[in-house]
Amino acid sequence: MTAPLLQVRGLCKAYGALIVTDAVDLDVAHGEIHALIGPNGAGKTTFIALVAGEVAPDRGRILLGGADVTRHAVHRRAQAGLARSFQVTSVLPAFSAVENVALAVQAAARRSFRLLPAPGSDRVRRAHAVELLAQVGLAAKADVPAGVLSHGEKRALELAMALAGKPRLLLLDEPMAGAGPEEGRAMVELISAARAQCGILLVEHDMEAVFKLADRVSVLVAGRLLASGPPDAVRADPAVQAAYLGEAAT
Amino acid sequence: MTRFAQTLGLPLVLFLLLAAAPLWADTFTLSLLARAMIFALAAISLDLILGGAGLVSFGHAALMGIGAYGVGILMAEGVSEALIAFPVAMAAAGLFALATGALSLKTRGVYFIMITLAFGQMAFFVAQSLSAYGGDDGLSLAARSLVAGERWLRGPLAFHYTVLGLLAAGALLCGALLAAPFGRVLRAAKDNERRVRALGLDPYPYRLVAYGIAGALAGLSGALFANLTEFVSPAFLSWHRSGELIVMVVAGGMAAAALKAGGLGRPGSALLGALLVVLLEEALSDLTEHWRIVFGPLLVLLVLAGGKRARGGRT
Repeated sequence: MTAPLLQVRGLCKAYGALIVTDAVDLDVAHGEIHALIGPNGAGKTTFIALVAGEVAPDRGRILLGGADVTRHAVHRRAQAGLARSFQVTSVLPAFSAVENVALAVQAAARRSFRLLPAPGSDRVRRAHAVELLAQVGLAAKADVPAGVLSHGEKRALELAMALAGKPRLLLLDEPMAGAGPEEGRAMVELISAARAQCGILLVEHDMEAVFKLADRVSVLVAGRLLASGPPDAVRADPAVQAAYLGEAAT
Repeated sequence: MTRFAQTLGLPLVLFLLLAAAPLWADTFTLSLLARAMIFALAAISLDLILGGAGLVSFGHAALMGIGAYGVGILMAEGVSEALIAFPVAMAAAGLFALATGALSLKTRGVYFIMITLAFGQMAFFVAQSLSAYGGDDGLSLAARSLVAGERWLRGPLAFHYTVLGLLAAGALLCGALLAAPFGRVLRAAKDNERRVRALGLDPYPYRLVAYGIAGALAGLSGALFANLTEFVSPAFLSWHRSGELIVMVVAGGMAAAALKAGGLGRPGSALLGALLVVLLEEALSDLTEHWRIVFGPLLVLLVLAGGKRARGGRT
């Protein structure tokens, strides 16, 4: 019996009188895709920000691989194996695609505090970065500045950057948002393939993708977990249908 | 080829021109060029944090001034040896940068500009109150520093090549820092700090080290400046001069970007900017005492011409 990769216990966050996260418990196991769904304003993105460390919780605990990271800064959680994509894509626009990934590779290798260039190891990291780009289908765009990539390509680039660190836990905030049907299908395949390497917490509005990918689904409504379980059970839950799925699923 | 032109072409041309200058230049021109090169060293060090890391420091002249006072005070106390005074000047400016940077770098944007300005002004008023070392009037050096006991820096040629050599070393160092994994973090944090944190990198220590190195190089530039003028005064630390250094960095970045030969965050461009500003100032002030009336619009044109390209990236 090993502890789940991510354990969230009694997590609370309020902005003034507005409670955005209300005593949430949630687990993600290794090799599992746990989808978090809910209507707009349910607090999904805040929850991701709490887990990533950008927002400090009022109460509750977050354990990563059994270690308490509740008070750790963003970069320390990332060093502990937490990688993410953002709801609004977040790449380095002035860097080429391959430089974006190369930064992620050097960060993962803990080789960043090197004051002078080392052409040899830089070449190795660049080759690794090109490999990662190829995995997400961006090999042809390696030298294009990330700022001019299409939306779907930026999504894929973010995923390549996230995977560069061989993360234990991947937080994906609406990876399908704004993607065309073709890009969406490619993204589903990429996420499905990433499952072999890590646990994934997936926030997504695209229900088709959620039910195709998720091993477990949790429904967040007004900051509170309404239901949690296998996709079919959650879909059949009358409370969930009333609160959310009713309109969306038909 | 374009990549070569962007990284090495411009500095190579400028350094060759500077190295060949003694073939045609008279003593006055050489001393003008030495002044330009000394400011170029300070501008290159400022560009490391301004162009490279995106941190607009408004207190860079203080670092240069601390270096100058380091040489001046040591000489007044009987230590004329450059091999002692220059490292002391660099260490003093570097430590001042580390101490003030440790606080300043907790802030961003306008707050960073204001806090670096405040520290710069503090240093300025401290220099003014040094009554044992001239106070408001400044301090005249007895002579230029000795190098290993020799009066080597007295000759205009030797001084020219000493400054040129140290400038080249500073430019190489800053270029290497920016190209290294270290510099990649600096540039990335300027581009998108949130993403850099999410990758597991805290930009703070990188920025602090860059700030310290920039401080030491500015201190070296100040030590050379004290030797050029054989005089140090509180005016060296004034915020006007910090502004001039920013103008050099930005004008150089814009001009180089307009020529497709660089941009902000490239030592060669800061070198170009310092040469442009110092030489233009000299040429225009020969024509009219209202030279800024010409200089201002030129600067605006440069920024307009280079601004668009300068925002583009490097590969």
